[in-house]
Amino acid sequence: MNTVNIMIVGVGGQGSLLASKLLGKLFTDEGYDVKVSEVHGMSQRGGSVVTYVRFGDKVYSPVITEGEADFIISFEKLEAARWAPCLKKGGRIIVNTQEIDPMPVITGKAEYPSGILDELTAKGGAVDAVDALSIAEEAGSAKAVNIVLLARLAKYFDIPYEKWTAAIENSVAPKFASLNEKAFEISYNIK
Amino acid sequence: MKKLMIGNEAVARGLYEGGIGLVSSYPGTPSTEITEFLAKYDDLHSEWAPNEKVAMEVAFGASLAGVRAACAQKHVGLNVAADPLFTLSYTGVNGGLVICVADDPAMHSSQNEQDSRHYAIAAKLPMLEPSDSQECYEFAKAAFGLSEEFDTPVILRTCTRVAHSRSPVEYGERVQPEKKPYEKNIAKYVMMPGNAKMRHPVVEERTAALARFAEDCPFNRVEKGGSEIGIIASGTAYQYVKEVFGDSVSVLKIGMSNPLPAGLIKDFAAGVEKLYVIEELDPVIENFCRGIGLDPIGKSLFSTVGEFSQKTISEAFGFDPKPFVSSDTLPPARPPMMCAGCPHRGMYYTLAKNKVTVLGDIGCYTLGAVPPLSAVDSTLCMGASVSGVHGFMLASGKDADGKTVAVIGDSTFMHSGITGLVNIAYNGSNSTVIIFDNSITGMTGHQQNPTTGYNIKGDPAGKVDLEALCRAVGINRVRVVDPYDLAECDKALKEELAADEPSVIISRRPCVLLKYVKTAPPLSVDPEKCRSCKKCMGLGCPAVSMKGGKAHIDSTLCVGCGVCEQLCPFGAIGKGERS
Repeated sequence: MNTVNIMIVGVGGQGSLLASKLLGKLFTDEGYDVKVSEVHGMSQRGGSVVTYVRFGDKVYSPVITEGEADFIISFEKLEAARWAPCLKKGGRIIVNTQEIDPMPVITGKAEYPSGILDELTAKGGAVDAVDALSIAEEAGSAKAVNIVLLARLAKYFDIPYEKWTAAIENSVAPKFASLNEKAFEISYNIK
Repeated sequence: MKKLMIGNEAVARGLYEGGIGLVSSYPGTPSTEITEFLAKYDDLHSEWAPNEKVAMEVAFGASLAGVRAACAQKHVGLNVAADPLFTLSYTGVNGGLVICVADDPAMHSSQNEQDSRHYAIAAKLPMLEPSDSQECYEFAKAAFGLSEEFDTPVILRTCTRVAHSRSPVEYGERVQPEKKPYEKNIAKYVMMPGNAKMRHPVVEERTAALARFAEDCPFNRVEKGGSEIGIIASGTAYQYVKEVFGDSVSVLKIGMSNPLPAGLIKDFAAGVEKLYVIEELDPVIENFCRGIGLDPIGKSLFSTVGEFSQKTISEAFGFDPKPFVSSDTLPPARPPMMCAGCPHRGMYYTLAKNKVTVLGDIGCYTLGAVPPLSAVDSTLCMGASVSGVHGFMLASGKDADGKTVAVIGDSTFMHSGITGLVNIAYNGSNSTVIIFDNSITGMTGHQQNPTTGYNIKGDPAGKVDLEALCRAVGINRVRVVDPYDLAECDKALKEELAADEPSVIISRRPCVLLKYVKTAPPLSVDPEKCRSCKKCMGLGCPAVSMKGGKAHIDSTLCVGCGVCEQLCPFGAIGKGERS
């Protein structure tokens, strides 16, 4: 099969590393070759961060470039616009509608752009917008945003539901397992 | 056994199975996790050293004693350890010695993008260069044997996209060799001129033997495709070549970057019509090819700047770009910044307010240079703030007096700030040094250091008393302030700048991200009292913004540090819900 490319983008500290680790392990267990590329260090301090997850029969490059992503999971709305050029025409972009102001917006040097989601749709992206923060809070913790977004992605794969929840159980601390499974369930069942 | 590992974990696993008995390192992105993963094993000694030079010399000592040893550092860390590196090439080893170095093309978390392969050439040492996690594991495991067989330290070079990429690793079991006996050998290990003169020819012979080994070693391989195009590539560039071309071109994959195999390269070149060299950063393989009479296409097509990707290569070969979802929205930049509640912020605000010239250093606190604080004037390398401020003060005379400081973190101060402070005391400049003591090595992900009182495993350890240390080197004026207390910071700064002798201010409060740090409830703004003066915005705190013309505090980010509360002239910021 062709390599499937998933990008996870967001703001440093939002928990995207856990999501990429979980996906990497899940696809490995499904028997695929997998590469996941992360960035650590300075860029984690509130900066724009991107993680690449690729799986298929044989994966060479650890990164995803312009027009290659089948899926982008954006943990923050503005970051969806920033990384959109990596999305292939017709590719799916799952966007958390949460807005986190970057420093130029905070200091008044720039404005937080409006109409991002409409533009992405107009330019050929299949947009799946979700208020992940509210769903995570409903499940019990704002920290479950990453699991809420993964549940949206899960809908587009033939991997059984139980395997996703088992992967979550293996990836989070035991005391948070049920909370995260609840977040996954709520998000997965939204039409 | 098979597991998805980042390159650094795979290196650690390879070293572990290869029989490592000791690792000593200083953290540095993207190399840090090698040592962190090794620290999970209890049947070897692991430690954070104060700097990379100490770490490499510790590893040398273990090797001399007959134990397999390693050190790991980022590219610029190898500069710090360059002194032992060059002469270790002459002494060779007893127990195998592996020197791990991780380059950072594109500078995701670094101050330059130097190419460590030059060190292997300059120090005449073999260098292995894996291109994914499986190779990280295999090369690291094989490196000890290579080291002992050729009596040489072996450099294992990775880059960010190898060190921090996760891919499957088939791994095995640890084989711990017997400790080799230590035998006194003055001619081999005491590098004074008479002995070193005898060792240099040995190094040259060893390099020739390694070059012969490189011709058919397991680290280099030819993957035959068509005869039209032949590409020589190493490290992550190899992966990008395969991503673009698959098996349709011939590839010579170089896994041993030094010494390079002249015969293998010539044979490969003879079998293809057009020869390319694709390598990130400098034209090391390309220049070698020219030296043996070949004329490959290399840096005329591929940049020496930044990191590559499959896009770099397909563009260079003129392939059509892939259609993509374009966006006309120009997203405002999102640079990294100091966290909400970061203890560095209060002192930086005080420095900016007093318009002080700040010679900065390497760590989270480098972020004091970004707007709106823009409080840092220079950042060069580990320790350069303290040494640099001395030169700046002496050169500027009265112009700098009373308005210049050095700022340096606790871990960086232990790394190489202390020597600069000794110089200030010894050679007598009226310098003020501020130690940002957040009680951890922050930027690299919370590693312990000699000032924290804990070792790499989190066990209690010897603890440097910073105040006593500064006094001991000859600084009489040493004081401690809490950076959450703006009035105290301002008073301390003004007094120490006015003093007629060198001084140290220790700005002490633990990193707000540390698990043991208890944060306060978030603050909020009373919009009735807020007069939109934007004074609080001057802090550059990610939790504070203007919403509808009034200051607003994001309760999910605020940790209640209270610094903005002290700044507000109208008492609009306070605890709890405010009407």
